[in-house]
Amino acid sequence: MNKQIFRLLLLFLMIQPLLNAQTKDMVIIKGGQYIPLYGKKSTLVKVKDFEMDIYPVSNKDYKNFVKQYPKWQKSKAIKLFADEMYLTNWKNDVQIKDTELDNSPVTYVSWYAAKDYCECQNKRLPTIDEWEYVAMADETTKDARSKPTFNKQILSWYETPKTNENSIGSHPKNAWGVYDLHGLVWEWTLDFNAVLISGESRKDVDNDSNLFCGSASLNATDLMNYAAFMRYAFRGSLKANYSMKNLGFRCVKDIIKKDQ
Amino acid sequence: MKKSLKNISILLVNTIVLVTLIQAYRISHESNQEVVQTYQCPMHCEGDKTYTTAKNCPVCNMQLSSTKSKSTAITNNTISETSIFNLTSLWKTEEDKTITLKELKGKTLVVVMIYTSCKSACPRLIADMRNIEAEIPDKKIKSIQFVFVSIDPTTDTPKKLKDFAIENFMDDEQWTFLQGTVSSVREFANVLSVKYKEISPVDFSHSNIISVFDAQGELIHQQEGLGVSNKETIDAILKVTP
Repeated sequence: MNKQIFRLLLLFLMIQPLLNAQTKDMVIIKGGQYIPLYGKKSTLVKVKDFEMDIYPVSNKDYKNFVKQYPKWQKSKAIKLFADEMYLTNWKNDVQIKDTELDNSPVTYVSWYAAKDYCECQNKRLPTIDEWEYVAMADETTKDARSKPTFNKQILSWYETPKTNENSIGSHPKNAWGVYDLHGLVWEWTLDFNAVLISGESRKDVDNDSNLFCGSASLNATDLMNYAAFMRYAFRGSLKANYSMKNLGFRCVKDIIKKDQ
Repeated sequence: MKKSLKNISILLVNTIVLVTLIQAYRISHESNQEVVQTYQCPMHCEGDKTYTTAKNCPVCNMQLSSTKSKSTAITNNTISETSIFNLTSLWKTEEDKTITLKELKGKTLVVVMIYTSCKSACPRLIADMRNIEAEIPDKKIKSIQFVFVSIDPTTDTPKKLKDFAIENFMDDEQWTFLQGTVSSVREFANVLSVKYKEISPVDFSHSNIISVFDAQGELIHQQEGLGVSNKETIDAILKVTP
């Protein structure tokens, strides 16, 4: 009898890593509601449960990716999908420059490349709402937005140059167990082009109602949240083929319920 | 026992045949891709003319450069790196036909992103499209496709798009309505630099842009905003349409 239990236990131990293999380096984010910076006033946005990469994609991860999908190598990526800055910190198609670290977040990648990377891993890019939802957390609280120190910390990082050259995972993880949402690089989101602020800064005060249909209903809900405001402004200024020094990405995955 | 041995040997032979077939297919596939490898003058002295060897251009004598094998999905080497026909996503038309954008190649494309339940700007955008169409001489219409891409792929099914086309008297050959997926619509919007956001399940906020592509899928003109003159857009269309 004991032997049988032991065998079962052994079998379980052997199978377990296989079950977990699918979600390696990801954590489950329990969905919920939150009020984002932009949206209809006091409208709660629902975020479903999902899994998120605990680290941004590293140079090393991306090297493996371009080996497997040569169409994303530096010399082969087509202009429609990546501008001339694409992987500009790489020596050649398969190697980063000697000054770069394997463990730094990959940057100089376009939205198309980031999106395809995630899809090739059976994942996808996070939406703005998903990203912001997880990024509200500090080390101890899942919504730390009301803490003045939290905002200050993020803003002080925004002022620090060359953080993209640091290694991933060197700051403490947040309350969800996710690293580096703040403090390393900005990150692509699936729907970054949902930010409807016109490019001209003086026009931002007033919504350009001719250029955008229905934009008058979109207002900032929390003007004190200057860090988030900067992120939205940054997203609003991006184009999908841009490849930039301080812009990387990470992937997420939908949770497919078994009974469905 | 003998029987099962026989069975196993048949299985084995079958497997070997299958593996050989797959191998043969892969080899023929790879060699197909090699044929795609072509060279072109970097100055485009002879337009899009390509060569199969890396010699010098007969006109300016510059060394020909490789046109790159591009994405493996592309077998036709006449489209450039900036052509929208590089997008490989699948779309449904209002006739419930599944197509890739490349199937629209060869015609001038006038593209706008809308959603059929929109009440504010979309009717004006649609009116703009109709006004543009009305200005095009009849003999050129055959070479132009007016394309509406829905930014609400969950609501705008092929049937809904077809109803919309009939309702707005846009059911002729030159009008096409496309339903994609949430992801392919985002991608397409990015190619057009169109921004949009779902405000509620039925309402979207979006930028009002009409884009013109030539027969090779190159973006040649964009008209931004509502109530602006269509003249430049019409000129651009006429210029690239034979």
